[in-house]
Parts: sequence; structure tokens; C-alpha cells
Amino acid sequence: MRRRLAAHGIDRVLLLLLPAVAFVVVIFLYPFGYGLVLSFQPERYVGALGNYQQFFADPFLRDTIAITLGLAVPASLFNVIASVPIAYRMRGAFRGKRLLIAMLVMPVTLGTVLIAKGLLTLLGARGWVNRALLELGLVEDPVRFVNNYWGVLLTLVITGFPFAFLLTLSYLGGIDPMLERAAATLGAGPRQRFWRITFPLLLPGLAITFILTFVLAFAVFPSAVLVGEPAGETRVISIVAYRAAYEQFDASMASAIAMIMGAVQLAVVAVVLGVRGRLYRGPSGGGKG
Amino acid sequence: MNAQPRLRELVLDGLSRSFGKQIALSALDLKIEGGEFIALLGPSGCGKSTALNCIAGLIEPTSGAILLDGRSLERTPSERRGFGVVFQSYALFQHMTVRANIAFGLRMRRLPKERVAARVEQALALVQLGGLADRYPSQLSGGQQQRVAIARAIVIEPPLVLMDEPLSNLDAKLRLEMRTEIRRLHRELGLTTIYVTHDQEEAFSLADRLVVLREGVAQQIGAPNEIYYRPTNPYVADFVGFRNAVAMTLERRDGYVGVARGHGLRASGRVSGVGSSGPVTLAIRPDDLVVGGAGENAFEITVDAVEFRGRSFVVEGVTDAGQRLRGTSAAAVPIGDTVTLRAPSDRVLLFGGAG
Repeated sequence: MRRRLAAHGIDRVLLLLLPAVAFVVVIFLYPFGYGLVLSFQPERYVGALGNYQQFFADPFLRDTIAITLGLAVPASLFNVIASVPIAYRMRGAFRGKRLLIAMLVMPVTLGTVLIAKGLLTLLGARGWVNRALLELGLVEDPVRFVNNYWGVLLTLVITGFPFAFLLTLSYLGGIDPMLERAAATLGAGPRQRFWRITFPLLLPGLAITFILTFVLAFAVFPSAVLVGEPAGETRVISIVAYRAAYEQFDASMASAIAMIMGAVQLAVVAVVLGVRGRLYRGPSGGGKG
Repeated sequence: MNAQPRLRELVLDGLSRSFGKQIALSALDLKIEGGEFIALLGPSGCGKSTALNCIAGLIEPTSGAILLDGRSLERTPSERRGFGVVFQSYALFQHMTVRANIAFGLRMRRLPKERVAARVEQALALVQLGGLADRYPSQLSGGQQQRVAIARAIVIEPPLVLMDEPLSNLDAKLRLEMRTEIRRLHRELGLTTIYVTHDQEEAFSLADRLVVLREGVAQQIGAPNEIYYRPTNPYVADFVGFRNAVAMTLERRDGYVGVARGHGLRASGRVSGVGSSGPVTLAIRPDDLVVGGAGENAFEITVDAVEFRGRSFVVEGVTDAGQRLRGTSAAAVPIGDTVTLRAPSDRVLLFGGAG
């Protein structure tokens, strides 16, 4: 019996999985289930779906989905699209490559708050740029660079780009450079080699990259408050969830908003994966070729 | 596809390539005529792939020139040379079907759709892949992928086909089949082919002429039988199976024939690369050193190893002076016996310079 189980990969080594399973249950599954159940037990509204009905009935709440998507989608798109040419140029070995990568990846280590502070110092109403513009007499009043949509978008790019870049670089590294050489011998110029060979092979990886940066961007919170306009333009969904939980002390409503957040993210992920499946029909994986 | 060669001649003039301080290819001179099948032969790291990549335009030579019908290719990038290249790893486009892979080169040439389709069909038939046109490369076996790679390279009707160890990832049986196939395509399509390999048998059976390379330097260029029977230096001799090598001194020389002594042995054979006396290397193939007989080129050994080789036995042993020799025997020889090995003089080579 034991041998037959072992043949299917079931033996005592499998017990080593227990801590990981326990960790996932305690840290992820239990809170998720708890939140889900809680969201169906409204404190202020009527019926099991009361919180959800209220969310979609109230434009102040409902519009946060569009606002957050309006930030997260352009930011992730920009990050992915910008990282492709840079990573493409950086294939292969050259002097100073590691230094350049380190510099591009640095913002990851900074944290949103520090980046927000930096942006305010540079671009805020009393920031260096505005002070310079005022001194030079180019403007009468400080220009509003941040504390609006663009400030938040900028921080999402600064924090999200390194992720997108690193992922793209590693996906590119997984494409056999011989393929472009083969394409060259068949008469393909540099542009054709990129668009017909490398890009299609990179596309599935870019979809994953987009998803990861999108999920990160969709949960934007600190920068939406610090360099955004949290009452208006950048009233993102995590802000209303936070308010429900810690200002109105309605944990049930906050849970419902968190569930909606998760559902929207999942929907976008599903759409991207669906498009990816359509664009790339060939079997995945490198194979011998 | 017509059967006339599409190039008159390709000349490599002092083609060299270094990687940093390491010289990968050193001043290779070679003139290839239209319709020829040339094999670049040597162990890994001998510079054969470097030479191929230079011709393909995938790496730039450090010095020297490549002349296609008298025109230098120095400023012609890979995509405008139009050579068909078959890579060792096949380098098939994984996201394209077999058909699209083969059509790629034609589409880059902006041929009308119908002509592309017709020529792809023709190429598919040529490599016997008709039924697999709509599969993806990863759904094919190694041999089938190899056929796609060949079809993709020849469908563009290249003046020159370059093949970089195309059979090294296939199993033995398939390798033989594909070898025949490659030779057939070469002949039928009037291709001019440069073929890189480390496999002697492959090179000998395919090529009209061979270039034996060692550490970036061409050792010998010639027809297969020339290289097989008349290697011009000890390295090539060893490479083509002259496994008995003994350092000797040439005592007498009479035209091509000479007599040398050393390590307690006396040998007479064909002399090359030396004057009338001086140090030489004796080289004999084990196949030519046969048990039995007496007289000239007879060497007595005490047998210490016997290996069954199907049709014959390989006999190994040492002479009284301690020189190890390998020979062939039709029958089994008991270990410890003393036997005489003898080679005909025309199969004994004496090279100038200690090898």
C-alpha cells in the first residue's frame, strides 16, 4: 500500500508541506473566508446583499472602481510598454549592465511614502520646480503638478516600473537568441526580427507582467492620499474601504468593498489571460528549438 | 528549383576571428566552387562554427575577407546575404506552424502569396513533411524538426547553404537517414553547401572536400580519400585514425620512401615534410597493422589487451623497448602471447617534425 502511494508521489516527504499549508490557511484562507462571511452580514443595511447594494447604489462608492481602474490600467500599460524597449536593448552582456539594472530597480526599495515625499519636495506647490518657475517669473501662481491624478499616476509608474522591467528582462532572457539570428539569415531586418519573432514570443510574459503590475497598482493607497486628491480625482477604492473600516467602524461594509476590489482585479486578470490565450495559440514552452 | 549552382565561387581570404585574446579562427584560406559540398571538420573549439558564423554574417571577422563571386560581403548584413542556415539547435520559431516557419524567408522577400504557398508545398514535399504542415515545432520529433529547419533554409533557394552540426541532436539511426537525405537534396537542388561537424564519418561520407581544423588553424584541405589515406601532418593522422604514433629519426630517404629508426623499431614508409634526415613521427592505422608475417615493418609485441570488434580483434601490446602498438587480428590472441604485427610500406607514414 505504501509503495503504491509512493508511486503516485505520496510519501512521508509530503508532510513537509504541512507548515506551508497551515500558513496559507491561517494567513490567507481564513481571513478571506471571514471577510466574505462578514460582508454578507451588514451592520447598517438590510439583507445579506445590503452592503453590495449600497456600494453600487451610491455613486460616491461606485465611482471608485472607475477611478481606480483609471489609474491602475494606464500606469500598468505604461510600465509594461516602457520596459520592453529598455529591456530589449539590455539583452546580452555589456559593461556596466549590473549597475544600470541596479539603478533602474532602485525605486522598489524606496517605499511609497518616501517617493511621495520626494515628489512633493520636487513638484509640490512649494517644491523646487514651482519655486524656480515663480522666481523666473514664468508663472504667477504655483502650477499644480501633484496632489491630483497625475501625481498618483507618477508614483505608480515609479514604483511599478522596476517590477515590470525586471520581469520583462527575465522573460526576454528566456527567448533563445538563436531565433533572431535564424530570422536574420532568412532575410528579416532588425524591426522584423523584433516584431515577428521576439515580440510574439514575449507577449505571454508581457501579459503576466501587466497583471502583476496592475494588481499592485489597483491596491494603491498611500500615494493616493499623499500626492493625490483623496476626496475627488484619486478617491480610489482602497480609500473608501479604509474609511468604512476605520472612520465609520463598519467592518462589514469594509469587507464588502474588499471583496468587490478582489472581484474587479480578478475580472481584469481574466480578461488579460483570455486575450493572451487568443493571441498566442502555439504551444507554450521552449522545447528543443 | 533548378539544379544549377547559384554561385560561381566563394572565396575565404585569410579569414580570422579573435574573441579577446583568444584566436578562434586563424587566417583561413579556402576557395569553394559552385555545387561543392565542403565539410569543416574538427573537435569542439577548433573554430569551425566561428568560420560558419562569419560566412553567415552572424559574427564579424577580425580580419580577412569573404568574397562571393568576387564581391566582398564585408558590408552585407546577414539578412541581405541570402544564405540558408541550418542551426544545431534548429532554431525553429516556436510560435509559428511548420508552414509559417518555412514560409518566413519567402515572406521576408515579399513574394506574392500564391508563390509562397506553392514553394512551401514544394519544400514540404522535398523533406517529406507534407502531413505535418499545420503542426507547431514542439509537436514534432527531433528528426522532423530537423527537416523543417532544412526546408526553411533551402526554400529561399540560397546560393549557399550553411549547416552547423545539424545532425548532432539526433539518434544514430536517424542520423544516417538524414545524412543520405542531405546529400540527396544537395545533389538534386544543385546546392553549394558548407557543413560543420566533429563527426569524421559524417564529413567523409558527405563532403567533396574537407577542411580539418585545429585550434583555429586549417591543418589540411582535401578530398576525403586524400585526407584519409594521406594525412599531411601528425595531428590529422591521429584525427583520422592513425592511432599508432612513434617518434623516430629518419635515416635514409629515396624519393617518397624512407627508412627511420627509434624506440627499438625500424620502419619504412612514405615520407613527408622533412629533408633526407631528421626527427619524424611514424604513423600507422591499427587496421593496417596486422598480426602475422615477417620482414619489413614487422614489430613484435607482448599482447596485454584484446578487444572484439565484430569482424576482427583489436590487439594491443608493448614492444621489448616499451613502445605501445595497436594492431588487428582475424582471430583471438591470448593475453601474454608474443605476436608480430606487420604493415605494408605504403600504409606507413613518416612525418617530419615531432608530433
